[in-house]
Amino acid sequence: MKRKFLALCAATAALMVGATAAQSATTLETVKARGKLICGVSLSTPGFAAADDKGRMQGFDADICRSIAAAVFGDPDKVDFVLTNINTRFQALQSGEIDVLSRQTTATFSREASLGIDFGPTVFYDGQGLLVPKSLGVASAKELTDAAICTLPGTTTSQNLTDFFRTVGGKFELVVFESPDENRAAFYSGRCEAISSDRSDLASIRAVANNPDDYVLLPETISKEPLAPAVRQNDSNWRDIVSWSVYMLMAAEEKGIIQANVDEMAKSEDPEIQRMLGGADELGKMLGLDNKWGYNIVKGVGNYAEVFDRNLGEKTKLGMTRGPNTQWNAGGLLYAPPVR
Amino acid sequence: MSDTQVLPAAIDPVARPARRSEWRAAYFGTPGNALTTLVCGAVILLIAKLAFGWLFLDAVFDGGADACKQSSGACWPFLADKLRYMLFGFYPFEEQWRPLVALCLFLGACCVSMVPRVWGRGLLLAWALVILPVLYVLMAGGIFGLTAVPTSKWGGLPLSFMLSFVGLAFALPLGIGLALARASHLPAIRVLGVGFIELVRGVPLISILFMAAVMLPLFMPDGVTIDKLLRAQVAIILFAAAYIAEIVRGGLQDVPTGQYEAGRALGLHYWQVMFKIVLPQALKKVIPALVSLFIAFFQDTTLVTIIGLLDFLDTVRTALRDPDWQGIAVLEGYVFAAAVYFVFSALMGAYSRFLERHFNTSYR
Repeated sequence: MKRKFLALCAATAALMVGATAAQSATTLETVKARGKLICGVSLSTPGFAAADDKGRMQGFDADICRSIAAAVFGDPDKVDFVLTNINTRFQALQSGEIDVLSRQTTATFSREASLGIDFGPTVFYDGQGLLVPKSLGVASAKELTDAAICTLPGTTTSQNLTDFFRTVGGKFELVVFESPDENRAAFYSGRCEAISSDRSDLASIRAVANNPDDYVLLPETISKEPLAPAVRQNDSNWRDIVSWSVYMLMAAEEKGIIQANVDEMAKSEDPEIQRMLGGADELGKMLGLDNKWGYNIVKGVGNYAEVFDRNLGEKTKLGMTRGPNTQWNAGGLLYAPPVR
Repeated sequence: MSDTQVLPAAIDPVARPARRSEWRAAYFGTPGNALTTLVCGAVILLIAKLAFGWLFLDAVFDGGADACKQSSGACWPFLADKLRYMLFGFYPFEEQWRPLVALCLFLGACCVSMVPRVWGRGLLLAWALVILPVLYVLMAGGIFGLTAVPTSKWGGLPLSFMLSFVGLAFALPLGIGLALARASHLPAIRVLGVGFIELVRGVPLISILFMAAVMLPLFMPDGVTIDKLLRAQVAIILFAAAYIAEIVRGGLQDVPTGQYEAGRALGLHYWQVMFKIVLPQALKKVIPALVSLFIAFFQDTTLVTIIGLLDFLDTVRTALRDPDWQGIAVLEGYVFAAAVYFVFSALMGAYSRFLERHFNTSYR
């Protein structure tokens, strides 16, 4: 009986164990051999990564994954999404379960230095903020005194609040909720005077209020949260591919290339556009990619502005403004190095 | 109440009062009983009225999130839009007939297996060689022209069933083995059994899942990953086995030693005594406890969300976070999840009572 059971276990294990690749293979080789990119995203963060009604992963982070898949395969849909949470995300990357982590992850010194991972370029500049009801009559976070502040658990969130209120000499009381639903409900029912989270998150909390105009997002940004995709350390070719897939989105916006006009733009006389879309030079080959990699990205997912507007922008329920996530020549922080 | 009431000869508390006079005595026999009946009846009516109003009268049947936002009733469009996602999670939309067929096949096979007449070696073989492989092929695909669907995309109700039922199906023999090991006369085996059971019972399921999800991959050689679902499944099997072992041990201790000694005196081998005499009696006694455990595990599978798998409750939760519906249909989502869990848990409970009657072990 026991032996039979063990045999069955072994058989199941043998059936499902997937030896992905030998140690020597680079990530690009592994991905190409598999025929799919495996991308780690969050369980459910509307706007960044969440299932639509058909169970298809949608969102800003998901589109970053799609742009990498488009660069590698010429097909943005050749990607499998693996759900990761805050506790398992880095381990999933380290163990090779995923090829790239695109999960609202803040790039920090200690993560880059000690976790065996490398961050790509910042895809979204976020920061912790505070949302308050308009009726409170507060125009700045500095005016909050002895406020009860609702948050989700997480050491950096409370740490940032402590640091901020220490510098401005104020006091606050932290009210922590395990689930986003409870957190939001507590804030709306008046349990807390303010709710604190990343500004992108606060935008979505405000969006679902009965009357969003009754709430104001305070101007202070009390922490820097540059969200960036991450890859395993010591595979610079793969890191280049991820980085330049992101830069291509930004560069395409800068050059006015959109999903709809990419075929026309491919005939452009502008030498940089020619290099980006594979009309001149052989830049793709340097990364081990098809020479049309840039064209495939824009054709597959659009440029940065299109990705942003589709998932987070003012026409969505989240209704975020670009804020610092604007091109450098419009006063923002997006600055793609030249494609040459 | 001043005078002591003598209960009518209702010995079997499971049986309901059959005749009208008994019925009246039970519910309106004394002023106290009558009052209790009336109060309970009023409360039940009130709840039913509220529920009916919420579910149907005030409910929104057409329109989108905005219509639901205005209304105080149930939001049926939410269920209609999100039903397939809540049931099947990230499973590819066009292929969702496969988990549906698998689910129906599984539930059908379960129904058939519940009938005592079909029990036997043949049924076990049918599950091992036909039903489970067919279910696996349906879900995973990759052969017979079915598109391969990686386990990372499995989710929703099929995942809940798979983790709990497959988990318990494998855990039961393992648990019985562990219980026998713990009751063994051989010190080495006994220590192993006790050690395993106490170790596993000494830590929460969530930490075992975490070990399986986070620690295990770091010990594996580079490039080798064991499927995440398999890891969670094995963790659940090991965890459930320890608890089943303790329940079965309780049953074993309840079987008089004389039974075992008599078996040995007849010249039966240890395994023959165990499988033909002791275990059948022991298992009969622990059916209610086992079923409670099964129900608990069916609901505990929700913990796999911490390792990035979405079971049924988790798909419901994530559906609630859709920006289009966020904050609008929270109650609807949870009521739907509760209803589904309730139906299956109640069925398991009812089947447990049937088994008890079948073996006639209750209240003896």
